[in-house]
Amino acid sequence: MEKRKRNGGLIDEISAIPGGEGIRLCIQCGTCTASCPNAERMEHTPSQLIAMARAGMRQEVLSSNAMWHCLFCYLCTVRCPRGIKQTELMHALESLAVRRGLATGRSRTPLMYRSFNDFVYSLGSLPEFGFMTWFYLLSNPLRAVRMAPVAMGMIRHGRLSVKARRLKPEAANQLRAILDKADAIGGGA
Amino acid sequence: MRYYSYFPGCSSSEGGAKAYGQSALAVAKVLDTELIEIEDWNCCGSTPYSSEDELASLCLSARNLALAEKRGFDLVTPCSACYVNLKRTNTYLKQYPEMRAKVDDCLAAGKLVYHGTVKVRHLLDVFANDIGYEATKAKVTKPLNGLKVAAYYGCQIVRPTPGFDHPEFPESLDKLIVSLGGEAVPFPLKSRCCGGSLIISEEGLALNLMKKLFDSAASNGAECLATVCPLCQFNLDAYESRVNKKLKANFNLPVLFFTQLMGVAFGLSEPDLGLKSCIVPTEKVLAKVR
Repeated sequence: MEKRKRNGGLIDEISAIPGGEGIRLCIQCGTCTASCPNAERMEHTPSQLIAMARAGMRQEVLSSNAMWHCLFCYLCTVRCPRGIKQTELMHALESLAVRRGLATGRSRTPLMYRSFNDFVYSLGSLPEFGFMTWFYLLSNPLRAVRMAPVAMGMIRHGRLSVKARRLKPEAANQLRAILDKADAIGGGA
Repeated sequence: MRYYSYFPGCSSSEGGAKAYGQSALAVAKVLDTELIEIEDWNCCGSTPYSSEDELASLCLSARNLALAEKRGFDLVTPCSACYVNLKRTNTYLKQYPEMRAKVDDCLAAGKLVYHGTVKVRHLLDVFANDIGYEATKAKVTKPLNGLKVAAYYGCQIVRPTPGFDHPEFPESLDKLIVSLGGEAVPFPLKSRCCGGSLIISEEGLALNLMKKLFDSAASNGAECLATVCPLCQFNLDAYESRVNKKLKANFNLPVLFFTQLMGVAFGLSEPDLGLKSCIVPTEKVLAKVR
């Protein structure tokens, strides 16, 4: 009884997120896994992840690196014979993992996304140079050094602007008000 | 004259794909098309925002859509990630009334309203389907002379929702290249992923995917690749030498924005084309055109 309750919990949570509702429809045919360009690099394949979620393996699912290796290429989504939005399901699992503090340390992607979002929240746009530099410094300063050849190529070809695009103050305040309201309402994930 | 609202996205406005935005505007002008930039648009949030906070992600796009709605034209973007996010927001607002109510509340906090009427388009869709191949061909002054191009679509321009082209074997860019006088070589991996933003967090994984793409293009005789997305272009162009070095390959394929190829065929010159921003040099393959 206890187990069923726990299972229901995770499935219900996932189903409540837009895009996550399809999880109950899966027939475990494996089309998503066969289509996924990164399945072999995931600790659990997309179809395994669904099976595990339905078995209530909360901890294992939410701390998996699988969704963080999703490229959002939507190949699984267009091929799923049950019409499950598998890619959106990955988004749902990611946001749930973040909310529960389980976003895995075995992938650098959660930190990369976090850095990206911080810039977008504060500026309303994404300064690529600042974002990439910040992320490399946070994740591993040595990597920042190793990125120098790529960065130099970009600079030489005039493709790295240090200056960030700024919204006019009224627009920036408007955006901030909208995002802060979203934060206050919550339930977005 | 045709009019559209224009959403360049961060990369094509003042970011690494500035040349994409510049060439897009220049080429559109030749085709009697005006792309009117939305004032003070904000970042679409791309993949990262929807991975962390769905509501905030929808709000980012909804603000842009609300701004575009005031003008009434279709909203065009040259970026596949912006395209997928803006379109996704439209779909979600229709599909999930609960989410819609929340987004409306958030927009209201910024004194904005969105009625859900803006049609989101990718720039390739506009050129291929509104303007058309014949009208494009009519503007060609320097045909591409049979230049062998691998038309690379990537993912988010054709998936997930049924759009203007086939989700796995699209053809519109191939046809556009032919109308410019180029040859679109067979390219089986034309709609496979380049690694997207994971190039930043999981480089090895993305390099492997790119190698497959280069292999597919090169083995079919391509002399260059044409892309429809700032991130695809950045990945393939900036990391081609790294693919060569780390995966023991020897590719030498320039990676151009499709609007740059159009500009070349229309006889445009610098700074409109922005060819100097390509990291893998383009001079050699374009020599046969000029």
